[in-house]
Amino acid sequence: MAYSDKVIDHYNNPRNVGSFDKSATDIGTGLVGAPECGDVMKLQLKINKEGVIEDAKFKTFGCGSAIASSSLATEWVKGKTVDEALQIKNTDIVRELNLPPIKIHCSVLAEDAIKSAVADYRKKQESLVKEEVLQTIS
Amino acid sequence: MKLPIYMDNHATTPVDPRVFEAMKPYFTEIFGNAASRNHSFGWQAEEAVETARKHVAKLIGATAKEIVFTSGATESNNLAIKGVAEMYQEKGNHIITVVTEHKAVLDSCKHLEKQGCRVTYLPVDRYGLVNLDDLRKVITDKTILISVMMANNEIGVIQPIKEIGQIAREHKVLMHTDAVQAAGKIPVNVDDLNVDLLSISAHKMYGPKGVGALYVRRKNPRVMLSPIIDGGGHERGMRSGTLNVTGIVGLGKAAELAYLEMPEETKRITHLRDKLQKSIFAQIPEVFINGHPTNRLPGNLNISFAYVEGESLLMGLSDVAVSSGSACTSASLEPSYVLKALGVGEELAHSSLRFGLGRFNTEEEVDFTIKKVVQAVNKLRELSPLWEMFQEGIDLKTVTWAAH
Repeated sequence: MAYSDKVIDHYNNPRNVGSFDKSATDIGTGLVGAPECGDVMKLQLKINKEGVIEDAKFKTFGCGSAIASSSLATEWVKGKTVDEALQIKNTDIVRELNLPPIKIHCSVLAEDAIKSAVADYRKKQESLVKEEVLQTIS
Repeated sequence: MKLPIYMDNHATTPVDPRVFEAMKPYFTEIFGNAASRNHSFGWQAEEAVETARKHVAKLIGATAKEIVFTSGATESNNLAIKGVAEMYQEKGNHIITVVTEHKAVLDSCKHLEKQGCRVTYLPVDRYGLVNLDDLRKVITDKTILISVMMANNEIGVIQPIKEIGQIAREHKVLMHTDAVQAAGKIPVNVDDLNVDLLSISAHKMYGPKGVGALYVRRKNPRVMLSPIIDGGGHERGMRSGTLNVTGIVGLGKAAELAYLEMPEETKRITHLRDKLQKSIFAQIPEVFINGHPTNRLPGNLNISFAYVEGESLLMGLSDVAVSSGSACTSASLEPSYVLKALGVGEELAHSSLRFGLGRFNTEEEVDFTIKKVVQAVNKLRELSPLWEMFQEGIDLKTVTWAAH
């Protein structure tokens, strides 16, 4: 199968590879996929108090299209608010990277990774709020 | 050194220039129909076919009359299995084969199951080998055929065909072997191996595509086959159709060369394969051999690189043509059924690469490949969340994954 130039570019020069401390309160971590399915994506978002994604990092085990989808996702989410990032659809990724039908699941995984990272961040924020409330009460 | 490097010789091999030279006159000058009995054009074509038949027979220790030319090993396998099933239906309807066979065998068997045959698919051990006791247990008085491949196309493991053939003999059951990967690479002798039917393909041994042969034993026992292609009664009535003279000449020449050069070639290719294997193991941690560590084809090396996905690895090796058992490289999105049958976990099946070294690979190419593999694996592990987790000491089996 021939890859699109954009997939090859992301594969050769993946953007924003790496990891943040997943216990930090301003970091949301999404880990989606499964090794036995052949793809696992880890996407991490660094989100400021205004709800803007300041930075993003990823690591992906998967085919070239999966690597490219997650690399592209990190580029796209940076500078966006959390709500804007949640608007990114897998079909946008398919279009941008010219993914063939057999690779659509890679883009779905990238969309899921964003959602999962945001959910993780929000859960952390909620528990922080709860802790503060508890502290205020006592 | 020319790029890209071809190291996928289980899929196909290039035509040896000497084979091509031998074939050339048969495209335009000597174009007769080998079945034309009444003029020199036909006689010349027939003579070329008979010479080729002798070379093919010699390669596998058969006699020329026992060779039936076909369009390739898929046809040979179909003819052997379906031909026996139809011819011997009075005697029985049970066939025994193995889960790791080529699709040409498995799907022929499935076809027969729909027509009322019973097929037993034997499992294999972690090396890909059939257990002889398992085989003995499943033979019944209705068994008419055992079909076990000689060497596997993915993992290169060499089955104990001689022993299996002996068991078949004892039970008066016919024995077929798909020797596509073995013929021309390791010694094959139909009498020594106790086989009655044997499939070979030209393009796996530096001959052209579109031509193969089926060995059909003529004595002790005399094997009969119902043809699957009817027509002019060529090839003793077992395979009608005007003979592909050019292709057959190519197959004959390829067989002749393989027979003459096998001892030297085996030594050279084994050396290259061992170098590839040792260097990869020395430079990359967490790699695993798929198949048998030693009992394998000289040019075969099937390795899983844990925490790295096979298709992305192939992308990183864009200058080296190899193949992967990863689902992403197959149309079905299922990882290799052969690796699964060995009990290789799906995650390691996704991480597998198959190297197939052949006649035209050089030491320089192997050195280049080693370098590229090490680079690509290192790069992809840097990218891999699984590698990171492994480094952190997390047991991936304890993680709850969101399977999709």
